[in-house]
Amino acid sequence: MLLRHTTAKEIDRQALTINPAKTCQPVGAMYAALGIHGCLPHSHGSQGCCSYHRSALTRHFKEPVVASTSSFSEGSSVFGGLSNLVSAIETIFSVYDPEVVAVHTTCLSETIGDDMTQIIAKAYEDGKVPDGKKVIYCNTPSYVGTHVTGYSNQVAAFVKHLAVATPKKRNVINLVAGWMEPADMKEIKRLASVMETRTLMFPDMTGVLDAPMTGTYEMYPKGGITLADMATTGDSKFSIGLGKYTTEDACVKMENKCKVPFEVLDIPIGLKATDRFITSLSRHANVPVPDAITEERGKLIDLIADNSKYFYGKRVALWGDPDTLVPLTEFLVSLDMKPVYIVTGTPGKYFDEQMAEILKDIPEAKFKSGERADMFQMHQWIKQEGVDLLIGNTYGKYIARDENVPFVRLGFPVTDRPGFNFFPFTGYTGAANLAIKILEAFLDHKDRTCPEEKFELVL
Amino acid sequence: MSKYPKKVARKRDKAILVNDPDTIPEIQANVRTVPGSITQRGCTYAGCKGVVLGPTRDIINITHGPIGCGFYSWLTRRNQTKPMTEQEENFITYCFSTDMQDSNIVFGGEEKLKQAIREAYELFHPKAIAIFSTCPVGLIGDDVHRVARHMKEEIGEDKINIFGFSCEGYRGVSQSAGHHIANNGLFKNLIGRDDEVRGSLKYRVNLLGEYNIGGDAFELERVFEKCGINLISTFSGNSTIQSFENAHTADLNMVMCHRSINYVAEMMETAFGIPWIKVQPIGAGSTAKMLRKIAEYFGDQELKDKVEEVIADEMVEVEAARLKALAKTKGKTAMLFVGGSRAHHYQDLFEELGMTTLSAGYEFGHRDDYEGRRVIPTIKIDADSRNIEEITVDKDPTRYNPRKTEEELAALDANGMDFTEYEGMMKQMQKGTLVIDDLSHYEMEKLIELYKPDVFCAGIKEKYCVQKMGVPLKQLHSYDYGGPYAGFKGAINFYTDIEMIACTTIWKEVKAPWESEAIVEAEYMYN
Repeated sequence: MLLRHTTAKEIDRQALTINPAKTCQPVGAMYAALGIHGCLPHSHGSQGCCSYHRSALTRHFKEPVVASTSSFSEGSSVFGGLSNLVSAIETIFSVYDPEVVAVHTTCLSETIGDDMTQIIAKAYEDGKVPDGKKVIYCNTPSYVGTHVTGYSNQVAAFVKHLAVATPKKRNVINLVAGWMEPADMKEIKRLASVMETRTLMFPDMTGVLDAPMTGTYEMYPKGGITLADMATTGDSKFSIGLGKYTTEDACVKMENKCKVPFEVLDIPIGLKATDRFITSLSRHANVPVPDAITEERGKLIDLIADNSKYFYGKRVALWGDPDTLVPLTEFLVSLDMKPVYIVTGTPGKYFDEQMAEILKDIPEAKFKSGERADMFQMHQWIKQEGVDLLIGNTYGKYIARDENVPFVRLGFPVTDRPGFNFFPFTGYTGAANLAIKILEAFLDHKDRTCPEEKFELVL
Repeated sequence: MSKYPKKVARKRDKAILVNDPDTIPEIQANVRTVPGSITQRGCTYAGCKGVVLGPTRDIINITHGPIGCGFYSWLTRRNQTKPMTEQEENFITYCFSTDMQDSNIVFGGEEKLKQAIREAYELFHPKAIAIFSTCPVGLIGDDVHRVARHMKEEIGEDKINIFGFSCEGYRGVSQSAGHHIANNGLFKNLIGRDDEVRGSLKYRVNLLGEYNIGGDAFELERVFEKCGINLISTFSGNSTIQSFENAHTADLNMVMCHRSINYVAEMMETAFGIPWIKVQPIGAGSTAKMLRKIAEYFGDQELKDKVEEVIADEMVEVEAARLKALAKTKGKTAMLFVGGSRAHHYQDLFEELGMTTLSAGYEFGHRDDYEGRRVIPTIKIDADSRNIEEITVDKDPTRYNPRKTEEELAALDANGMDFTEYEGMMKQMQKGTLVIDDLSHYEMEKLIELYKPDVFCAGIKEKYCVQKMGVPLKQLHSYDYGGPYAGFKGAINFYTDIEMIACTTIWKEVKAPWESEAIVEAEYMYN
């Protein structure tokens, strides 16, 4: 057994987290920063963090993830990291020539209390930032929230430092993208273009973390929202935030700073969340929903209806980030599945409220968020009463093997399978993709484990 | 250099040099990283928890800090382990953390750490718990050593061993400081606590600095067993607490990764009188050389014969695989930029494949890893590394036992044993090759652009950058999820994998036909 020490018996843990369903802020900030064209993320702390975060993102995307670091030494940890960051900025612009450097912090620089506003002002004063280039920053203390919080802080920093309101309003909808795959962002942009709406997405990782191989390495790939476009987001007529935990802060800042009203929706994973997204976009862009999209929706309904017997009543355990889990759980319930165990390491009320609502007809369901809402806890629940399916990041494979349960990979990080660059989980097409993945996991498992006399040609 | 700001250029200049194996120029190494240079280096915590202590299966490793450090070092290094029974402890698949919150930063995290240890004990009843400090721990003044003592008393010293490591990420300049801190902790808390002599009395050895990535240690265990050599402990691939506690009952230490474990080798020699030699069982020839050295050390004809028999037996399959690969790899070029030892070790394998190493360097090697241990007396410890704990070790009053007399050692040394010696990477590299310490992203791009090697060896962060340039990258940290590469079977795996890289045809398809072929346009001719 891979997790041989996990038993059904729970104790009341107050301090020890085991097998977390979360990681720390800066990796989220680093990921979000890659959604601006020509941006180099910079980690203001000791270099281990930066190395770990780059590796984590690289293992997931199988793509280059380049970021720089202030490389704190013991001396700078005591006396402050001002000179480290100012000299880093000089070296970065001389050698790597980004359009913008997006600085985030770590538990080190946050604990010693480095004042980012002052340090970056000093870099500008000393002429270390070339004309037309920018250095922006956000505070991402690792001991507050999770990687999801870091992502949110970075997106909010884009608004704070880059969005500009001019008197000229434009007939454009901002799509503030929460933490999802580039393929998911691409699908959302496709839906918007089928609806013939003018939108600007930020951050936008398409074309950055799913870049083609051309024989030439581009440190700053084609994708990402440009600084010029990001500036004009302040003139858009409306913002739709996709993912409450990851985008609400940015939307609020955009309204406060540029008077752009907003609505925050769930990430469009599954039938109903996509319905809400399409409805919202249609209303705020003032365009009708074209038949092509209604057809996509109908195809999804057809697929679900055809296969409903495989979904009905199946018990599922889920872990990951709240912005993914809320619409995902809702989708599973709409498939008549029973999401019974759900954990997210990210704290927050919205998740708890939504889960209580979505799961109100499944009295056996347990969910938990925040500290010690970890995969060890979830596994203990599974030991108490088993499930039919696991959905979550790669760390679930240890439970899947021990408990012999079908497993669908979704979330961050997925380090052991490719394909996420190509196939989305958002929109109606993404929902169909997800439903098919679930079916494949069930049916492969059935084919491997059923008695020979029950082995079927047609399923 | 011209792209760097002046101060940076001056500094990087000392870390890049053209090799000459006869004179061995001095390189700048183990100094602080240039901020913003895009280094591949990690931190002290990674060197201590991730590298040295991570592979031991029956210690519960609790990361004291916010969640990230524990999360990123959870199963990401491929230290394989194989418990002997279904019941034996194995915590490697778990991640344990105190998951510090802002209140712990403000009011201190010692109470939470104590409670976490209580809970870990209640849930798992481990034989040992190790605590690893992360960046904020040192800054807020949590004393993990005091907590360890306190909790050992509370639970009972007869029931559990608890010890802490001050491996905050900002200490030193790289993973290297973490190795040193881990070595000190191993020596103080584990090595030499169990005097029971287990297994055969003959040919008792330890293998230091082998972490069982992709099963390397399994392969070496197989080879030793086949030769009748009694492997007492491996530091720390496929290891247990007991193997460390028992390590001082061996008669010879073999150091594989010099950078990470030479401290333990030195301390064990001083305390227990166990001599050490550098070995390099990467490459079939080098593995054979290691076995012959062991036989020479014990001086027993029976062992010498057995070793020759094993080498002859293993080499049949190795040679067949090597010749098959050689047809594809001969004359090709490689570059190696890996941690603190593999950039050197793997040059043997490339030599066996008829490939030339054009350039190599470490992330965090010291001058002795480049230039050889003879330069150690001249190495100045700078301000950034001065605060790494140095422990003084004395002869163990009861267990110090020189394994050989001075005369025996001298005679063996004259015969090529090279006790307490490591000649470094540069001695082996050809004249005119480039040696670069702490390679930056920019320097990596330039190297590839200028030299276009056939294979670039580095890690996950470099892999996809290099491959986008159309050059295959072989990961020599994770082995690209293959391996083992050590020993005889490992050499065969490596030959096969490099042959595959050399033969993968997709690289030829990078350009679309309509981009690479000249389009001939027809033109009408009018008279």
